[in-house]
Amino acid sequence: MMTLKVNGQVHQIESDADTPLLYVLRDELNLNAAKFGCGLGQCGSCTVIVDGKAVLSCVTPMVLLEGKQVTTLEGLGTASAPAPIQRAFMEEQAAQCGYCIAGMMMRAQALLQRNPKPTDAQIRAELAPHLCRCGTHMRILRAVHRAARLMDTAELAPADKRSAQ
Amino acid sequence: MNGPVIMDRRLLLKGGGALLVSFSLTNAFAQDQAAPAAPPAPKLPGSLEKAPYLDSWIRIDADGSITVFTGKAELGQGFKTAFQQIAAEQLDVPFASLKVVTADTKLTANEGYTSGSNSMKEGGTAILNAAAQARELLVAEAARRLDVASENLRTENGAVIASDGRRLSYGELVASNMLHVQAQPSSKLKDPSTFKVMSQPVPRVDIPAKVTGGTAYVQDLRLTGMVHARVVRPPGYGAQLTDCDTAAIEKMAGVIKVVRDGSFLAVVAKKEFQAVKAMQALSAAAKWKEDARLPKQDDLASVLTKHLPSKDFTIFEHGNPGSGGRHTLEASYTRPYQAHGSIGPSCAVAQFTDGAMIVWSHTQGVFPDRAAIAEMLRMPPANVRLIHVEGSGCYGHNGADDAAADAALIARSLPGIPVRVQWTREQEHGWEPFGPAMVTKLKASLDDNGKVADWRFEVWSNTHSMRPGGAGALLAAQHMAQPFKVPEPRPLPLPEGGGDRNAIPIYSFPNAQVVHHFLPDMPVRISAMRGLGAYHNVFSIESFMDELAALAGADPVEFRLKHLEDARGRDVIEKAALGFGWRKGQKAPQDRGFGFAFARYKNLAAYCAIASEVEVVSETGRARLVRAVAAVDSGQVVNPDGLINQIEGAIMQSTSWTLYEQVTFDQSRITSIDWQTYPILRFEAAPETIEVHVINRPGMPFLGSGETGQGPAAASLANAIANATGKRLRDLPLTRKRIKDAIDA
Repeated sequence: MMTLKVNGQVHQIESDADTPLLYVLRDELNLNAAKFGCGLGQCGSCTVIVDGKAVLSCVTPMVLLEGKQVTTLEGLGTASAPAPIQRAFMEEQAAQCGYCIAGMMMRAQALLQRNPKPTDAQIRAELAPHLCRCGTHMRILRAVHRAARLMDTAELAPADKRSAQ
Repeated sequence: MNGPVIMDRRLLLKGGGALLVSFSLTNAFAQDQAAPAAPPAPKLPGSLEKAPYLDSWIRIDADGSITVFTGKAELGQGFKTAFQQIAAEQLDVPFASLKVVTADTKLTANEGYTSGSNSMKEGGTAILNAAAQARELLVAEAARRLDVASENLRTENGAVIASDGRRLSYGELVASNMLHVQAQPSSKLKDPSTFKVMSQPVPRVDIPAKVTGGTAYVQDLRLTGMVHARVVRPPGYGAQLTDCDTAAIEKMAGVIKVVRDGSFLAVVAKKEFQAVKAMQALSAAAKWKEDARLPKQDDLASVLTKHLPSKDFTIFEHGNPGSGGRHTLEASYTRPYQAHGSIGPSCAVAQFTDGAMIVWSHTQGVFPDRAAIAEMLRMPPANVRLIHVEGSGCYGHNGADDAAADAALIARSLPGIPVRVQWTREQEHGWEPFGPAMVTKLKASLDDNGKVADWRFEVWSNTHSMRPGGAGALLAAQHMAQPFKVPEPRPLPLPEGGGDRNAIPIYSFPNAQVVHHFLPDMPVRISAMRGLGAYHNVFSIESFMDELAALAGADPVEFRLKHLEDARGRDVIEKAALGFGWRKGQKAPQDRGFGFAFARYKNLAAYCAIASEVEVVSETGRARLVRAVAAVDSGQVVNPDGLINQIEGAIMQSTSWTLYEQVTFDQSRITSIDWQTYPILRFEAAPETIEVHVINRPGMPFLGSGETGQGPAAASLANAIANATGKRLRDLPLTRKRIKDAIDA
């Protein structure tokens, strides 16, 4: 039996080692955010973060993940206490059907963690592997920009508090 | 009330309120029979015509909680939020205090399909009036109890308040059967100038769960004891399963069962990836006899216009068509088969318990789908319940109904156990019913003043709806050992139309004729896709209008206005032109082009005009939308941001269809079976900006806007490409290669 650390929690995984991470997340750990879109690594719906990098979970077998840290959208925040990226997507109303959105958000999150102030061109290039069929692209781009601003403010907030003390 | 009364035991047990009971009575009517016979009454607004009792739409419980019901299905368009706004506004209650329940054959009215941009017009209008009339009843009851005239009462925050300050909450006022009354033809609607919730950009109620990993889709359902099924579909249309040794597969880890019924083949396993592996093994074991019968893809235009038999209808005639003019122009435009291409392949869950089947599906029509599935299973419809749960966006009739049928057929063989069926990417791309290929031929003459003197429009097309229907519309029912016959295709009636949707020009031409060549034979599986025939017909008409404007030496916007009397149409054209900065005689920068197009969807729904700027790389032929400015008039606006989102999406999706998309096939198989073989627009091709200007029409009827942008976006883009390159492209999609070939020609 393998162990897998997901959203900070260690799990004993019963699935076979060749099982793609997506099925472990959805079927064994009952997590909804990573979506099945193609199973071929062509659409990005299944994207999660593994050790800081955006990974297509539908084509990543469990066996490659021993000892690594997996983060899904559930690990970032909740509807009542959303993370900056989640707040940004809500504030921009950046979804129609929303099926592709969780994957987009995870890649955007990974981008913002390593590059807090990406240019518009960098965001577009980063999201290249992701498909959206409803045509929400413009809002998604705006939401990623907004998330960058929100994260910037979030980092400032504790610093401000410190200086006030 | 003279019909059988079916009490919903669960509801009766749960609630003590009298209205609750009355509600379940109403459902029996809403679902299973037409309204009681009565002398012809004036038409009721929207879907109230189909389900006239107020408590089919609004339920108020003794504790004051309010539930709004609709038979329409949320598909990602955001109407659930809009309906909640409408009800909150007309009832005078806080937005967040309401709950909206959508399409469920046990709970909601039968509103047919969620399609044709009709949700606001039908369901929205029903809720608008039902809520207003419920409020009137509450006020009347308060007037009686307080012994004051209704005129001296006002409503606020879920209560009726008298001028002396006495206050009765809706919960206190609600009494047995109060809302179990037939709707009136007209309502005391609130004055739009006093709106607090309607016409506001209220955030969508479904988005928080979608951006935090909540349970949001049918794919996310996890019923106790649920098992996972995968279907193995034939390699192509008409292929028959001849042999399949399932012994080894039945021994695979986790496999519960292999289900075979004629050429219907599926496998069920405990865990999802076990089902995937078993499906792969089953697919390898299955032997099929294929049936080569698809037309040559390169020949599609002549197949449609010459080889397939047609039924010809002259659907419009005005003046003296064929009288000609000074200068005559002819052109033909083509559209290939195109895919809905939902990002999440279809999925359904079904459970068969004690002779009753429940199916959770992202179908667009719970009632028609229930009828079809019941027929397939040879069960009484009353024993089948369809519950809509959101799926990935569908944009029309995708694999949803078929997946629901798959799940039901498999679940019947595993009584008591919930079965989840998930289609693969290849199955969705290979088996969804595509948007039909179409051909149009246009001929027009200009008079001495550069005005259209004579207009002729012909369109060749299959039907645009093969929705269930009957069981024969479902793949599983077609593949069973005792198969159901595919229902005979019919042209969809005007004024909405199918292949001829928007074929009749909105412009005023003195002489005009429009002919619909309806093609009953369908070599490729097709059905409804966003906009139906309007996408290609508007692309054709609006491209041709630009060709005629060029012939007349006129500016494209000016040329359109010269032929358009409809004042609201003129307003959106002027608004889009102004927003874009359109100027007569303007010249786009090097390798850029400007284009314009306009339509009123179905000639009876929302108006939409779009101006586009494109960039065309002349060395490669690659075209990219740089910016688009749209104007839309959808009547009374309920949620402006939701409307803008729909139009932005329409422009992006139509741009993808128009530049990249065509279903490919060989003699026996669909060959565009994933995103590699059926490429769609990616972020690199997203424009710099899309601007949508909304023209609100306070108090006017809801027009519906989900599909209004598809045609204008396509033509606007094509016109901009023509403006950039000097070459007119008439065959969709306007691929890089086609543009390059045109430039080089």
